[in-house]
Amino acid sequence: MTSITSEPNSGTVRRVPDQTPPRRRSRVPKAPYAFVLPAVFLFVFSIAIPILYTAYLSLRTVKVEGLGLGPGARTEVWAGLENYAGTLTDRDFLSSVLRVLGYGLVVIPVMLGLALLFALLLDSVRVRARRFSRLVIFMPYAVPAVISSLLWGFLYLPAVSPFTYAADQVGVTLPQPMAPGLVLFGIANIAVWGGVGFNMIVLYTALRSIPTELYEAARIDGCSEVQIAWRIKVPIVIPSLIMTSVFGMITTLQVFAEPTVLRPLTNNISTSWSPLMMIYRDAFTRNDIYSASATSVVLAVATFVLSFGFLRLVQNRAFAQENR
Amino acid sequence: MRRSLRGSLVTLAVSALLLSACGGSSDSDSASGDEAVKPGEKVELNFWSWAPEMDKTVEAWNDTHPDIHVTVNKQDGGDTAVTKLLTAIKAGSGAPDLMQAEYQALPTLVGSGALADIKDDIGDDVQGHFAEGVWSAVTLGTDAVYAVPQDSAPLMFFYRADVFEKYDIDVPTTWDEYAAAAKKIHDEDSKQFLGTFSSNDAGLFAGLTQQAGASWWGIDGDAWSVAIDSDASKKVASFWGGLVEDGVIDNTPMYTPAWNSALNKGTQVGWVSAVWAPGVLAGNAGDTAGKWKVAPLPQWNAGENVTGAWGGSSTAVTSQSKHKAAAAQFAAWLNTSAEGVKALATVSNVYPADQQNSAAALTESPEFFENQDDFYDVAASVAGTVNSFTYGPNTNVAYSAFNDAFGKAAQSKKASSFTEALATMQSQTVEDLKSNGFTVK
Repeated sequence: MTSITSEPNSGTVRRVPDQTPPRRRSRVPKAPYAFVLPAVFLFVFSIAIPILYTAYLSLRTVKVEGLGLGPGARTEVWAGLENYAGTLTDRDFLSSVLRVLGYGLVVIPVMLGLALLFALLLDSVRVRARRFSRLVIFMPYAVPAVISSLLWGFLYLPAVSPFTYAADQVGVTLPQPMAPGLVLFGIANIAVWGGVGFNMIVLYTALRSIPTELYEAARIDGCSEVQIAWRIKVPIVIPSLIMTSVFGMITTLQVFAEPTVLRPLTNNISTSWSPLMMIYRDAFTRNDIYSASATSVVLAVATFVLSFGFLRLVQNRAFAQENR
Repeated sequence: MRRSLRGSLVTLAVSALLLSACGGSSDSDSASGDEAVKPGEKVELNFWSWAPEMDKTVEAWNDTHPDIHVTVNKQDGGDTAVTKLLTAIKAGSGAPDLMQAEYQALPTLVGSGALADIKDDIGDDVQGHFAEGVWSAVTLGTDAVYAVPQDSAPLMFFYRADVFEKYDIDVPTTWDEYAAAAKKIHDEDSKQFLGTFSSNDAGLFAGLTQQAGASWWGIDGDAWSVAIDSDASKKVASFWGGLVEDGVIDNTPMYTPAWNSALNKGTQVGWVSAVWAPGVLAGNAGDTAGKWKVAPLPQWNAGENVTGAWGGSSTAVTSQSKHKAAAAQFAAWLNTSAEGVKALATVSNVYPADQQNSAAALTESPEFFENQDDFYDVAASVAGTVNSFTYGPNTNVAYSAFNDAFGKAAQSKKASSFTEALATMQSQTVEDLKSNGFTVK
């Protein structure tokens, strides 16, 4: 196309007053805009536009003519809220949501409980090898979820698991972590294993910022270490616990890597085990990005409502603690 | 600088938003013709393939065709390549010129406008190289030609010859004999199984029903028909369900670390699989080299000789290719010329679909089966006996429905739930077709 422009024409093009008249010195400083520009670009192109495009796709669908073979057999048309109706009435979707809520009820309390316990232990005066223990507890967090799921998958498969082998030697039958009723706990175990370290560090940091005068005063008043932990440390780190719970809830709703990696190893994880797996299946296995977009929007809204609802619910308590 | 960057980013964003709107029409422009090639200029073709050593196979072409250069881009496997191609087609760019496509993916790809009709770009003699059933898979029963068949994958029965000898069992020729052999082996050693029913491998199950005479989809005038829960499929489902219920075969999925170790340790002593099985066995069960043999698939009625297929793929030219004629020429060379077929068979270790040149190419048994001289004679004797089977425009939906429905059935270990799983697959597949606007009979 550009090659059409020949020499004489380029002269005429140049005469068109494309440039603005000589610049006036503007009184509004431009530098701040230049500084925020990269952030705005990143936000617009990597967050805002994809979200808007997803919302747009969720309102579209493909209609097929006849056999659906040959060019032009499929056309994209408006679907209105059809995809949303489909998602909200889909039994697979509803059961995946319920399953993930149950999973969250297992993962979040166990993960935060262990994280708090470890943080308190590390913070207590008598602990030894503090840095080493902290590192060891944190380490699983550095293992990518796909890798850790593969590792646990091997341990869960009775035919290759060293635990099953060892138990067989002494005549004990271990429960199967990928059996129908237990698979949820098997997946929860991987998430807890990987997540405790991160949450422990968050809580531990909060604990370290407590002024030690408080403990001295408590000890003078005759508090035991357990009482100090329960009556002083835990109430003070409650805002951090709330924050980690919100993170936990968000990651729970978005659980994907662990069940996806374990799925080929067992009959008991369906392709719609979690909402995100179902979105992936619809978009990439069933090639239906439209209903996958609608489900994504529903999941995003649900995540938003849940995390903000939770924050609202605990807001008073959180602020009460912070104001102390 | 900044202005031009901003300009291009805006264009990018706008075109991204408009893409979906003109997605339907983009197919028709690209079908209009090839970009002109100036004399002396080299045509560069990009080929997505997951066959092993395909880049070395293609070298033979590049050495003898200085004006058309093919670059192989290695893919993970059939399904992921299809997903990637469909995404590229939707995006309007990024698709390769050539693509290895499994037969069951062709209707989906054609329906999405991803493949070019290469009927006029390949010679008239190409069709003569292939069996009728294979050729109909690349034409989809229409006048167009959407791909050139690359490899075929007839189902056969692989078994541990030493175990059969030890227990004094004859190689089963019917499914009744297979069931009896499975029972005998499991009775002799409760840890040994003649096979497993895997809920992860819809392709194998489809092939088994194909042998029994099922064809899951059909074209009836301007409408699709779905017959996933036909009597033939039900017969196959309840047969395997019965074996699982009796506990004489395993119910855990294939291609897991547990399955690999079972093959290697000799607790899985048989495998109903396709002609490409030696490669998998060599990779997963290296310790058992030289102990396996192959036989034709057991039959439903004694004396018959029919089989199904599991996998098999073709070489297709995508609708985004700017050099369709050159790409089609390469596809025809790869799959029908003596040189191409030989390279496919010996370098990439696939079983070529071509019938004229493959016999010369396949003289020696795969290394893993060096104890069996007639490996390729057995393969050749069944290759022409594959029942015809029509794949549908939503094979992917049916296959993912299989994973979930048969996963539950295999876990429950009840023959009755196997036939129920078929009904679930049928209704989900029909529902999906209808909701997409297909006419379904």
